[in-house]
Amino acid sequence: MSDIKLMKGNEALAEAAIRAGCQAYFGYPITPQSEILEYLADEGRKRGMIVLQAESEVASINMVYGGAGAGARVMTSSSSPGISLMQEGLSYIASAELPCLVVNVNRGGPGLGTIQPSQGDYFQATKGGGHGDYRLIVLAPSSVQEMADFVFDAFDLADRYRNPAMILADGALGQMMERVEFRTYDPAARIPAKPWATTGKPRSRERNIITSLHIQPEKMEQINLRLQEKYRLIAEKETRSESFQTEDAEFLLVAYGLAARIAQGAVEKAREQGIRAGLLRPITLYPFPTDAIRTLAEHVRGVLVVEMNAGQMVEDVRLAVEGRVPVAFYGRMGGIVATPDEVVRALDVMVKKDVELNAEAY
Amino acid sequence: MENTMVDPKLDGLECVYHRPSETLTDTLLHYCPGCGHGVVHRILMEVVEELGVQEETIGVAPVGCAVFAYHYMNIDMQEAAHGRASAVATAIKRLLPDKYVFSYQGDGDLAAIGTAETIHTANRGENILIVFINNAIYGMTGGQMAPTTLLGMKTTTSPTGRTVEVAGYPLKITELVATLPGVAYVTRQAVHTPSAARFLKKAVTKAFQYQKEHRGTCFIEVVSNCPSGWKMTPLEANKWMEKNMFPFYPPGDIKVPHE
Repeated sequence: MSDIKLMKGNEALAEAAIRAGCQAYFGYPITPQSEILEYLADEGRKRGMIVLQAESEVASINMVYGGAGAGARVMTSSSSPGISLMQEGLSYIASAELPCLVVNVNRGGPGLGTIQPSQGDYFQATKGGGHGDYRLIVLAPSSVQEMADFVFDAFDLADRYRNPAMILADGALGQMMERVEFRTYDPAARIPAKPWATTGKPRSRERNIITSLHIQPEKMEQINLRLQEKYRLIAEKETRSESFQTEDAEFLLVAYGLAARIAQGAVEKAREQGIRAGLLRPITLYPFPTDAIRTLAEHVRGVLVVEMNAGQMVEDVRLAVEGRVPVAFYGRMGGIVATPDEVVRALDVMVKKDVELNAEAY
Repeated sequence: MENTMVDPKLDGLECVYHRPSETLTDTLLHYCPGCGHGVVHRILMEVVEELGVQEETIGVAPVGCAVFAYHYMNIDMQEAAHGRASAVATAIKRLLPDKYVFSYQGDGDLAAIGTAETIHTANRGENILIVFINNAIYGMTGGQMAPTTLLGMKTTTSPTGRTVEVAGYPLKITELVATLPGVAYVTRQAVHTPSAARFLKKAVTKAFQYQKEHRGTCFIEVVSNCPSGWKMTPLEANKWMEKNMFPFYPPGDIKVPHE
């Protein structure tokens, strides 16, 4: 049987979770990601997964804590308002260093907002979200194929670093159908032993305790220093991005997820008009591809960041560019998705400004 | 099982009690003098030791005075976010169905911030034991009003006494839980006298047996004291508890499984 299928992003992600050996899913319905819970309640249970529809997102994330602490590969999924409810639990999970997968199929906010796609949760996903100094490993798919692929990667990264991983998608990626091919993956060979888990204390070892409480400040500082060292290591080893036509680019677009597909279309259209544009797509939003952007900034005249929000990732791009060249932003909000033509017009503005400022160079 | 043996150090006297040697650590309790937590911890771990299920038992600690329960109980434990212990316990039990799983929670944790988790865990009939310590006050944060604080009772946030107009009625969550069909066993006990402690031990033993038989949720409330929060001596607190708490929270079985 072929492993190539035509699937919705949410369903491809759920199917990948089963194939990745996810032992339990805890979740609560919310549009536009309920297909994940529905798919797993049917297909996941048939194939041995524990699937529990919880009473809230608060309960879901704390079930993830309990299940991960018991040594299992576990996950939850939700969309923006539900992910907000999970922030306390994510802080505890990060502090207790429990591996798990959290999926956010981002919808437009703030508040109850809209069920349409958005990237308004970038800050929440990459800057901590909950209380205290912690980080999630954040992967941003831009296709149904990556909705599936990143499930395997996220689980592996979570286990490797004992850290919660997030897939930050959006409502369009969750709902649209594309061709997807599932990779060969053997969970038994990939999931590491978890000797720290609370599986019942035999006489042969000390008791295992899963906690985020360290009341002595000296101890809590040491925990924080260890976490920061782990995040540094993750940044060194796991930062991922993809370049498109950047080799000869004079203007660099930076965009992730669905916005990167639109920006790619804009790059092609701009090149038809004679603007040598290129695209850098961050795949990991945390760790952020700072070095890749900094290197490209050395060779371009300007950077345009395209997002489906009011301008969030653009702050990280500016930190990477460090004033080398102008950094502009184009975004649509509230569930509106920009067209490639809009992005090209924004790029045109940047190019014209550059021409005015650097008339001699032209 | 009677723990009767002759200890040479006792010079011929019969030793009638030994604290659990395997399941309690030697760490000194941080609880205030006269507090009931230490006795409940000891009883839980006595049962685990006597049943020989240390390797099969996983506990979940709350946020509140018992947040450090894992310092004393020598078993695998998880420390949950405030109010979420039963959700954490649910996941552990679903993934490790052959283990004994219990949560240990106070009144603020279980009956205020964690009410939704408590009710839905019980309503799903999760096959776990929930131990609920009700001393009608927030002990760890310094004596604020709890959902179970009695009418007229003075706390730092009900300084002239709890009134219905301001704070509503004390919540009898144990009776509420008992109405749910997924719940197998609900009992209310205490630990202020040796005989009360023996009754609690019997209740905990039964709850472990029911969990082994997959009967559904077991829920044990322990009406307890808070000498520090109530601003009483331990003796006064126990007398006050008998006089004021027991009429509203009467000890005894509320729901027992059909045999």
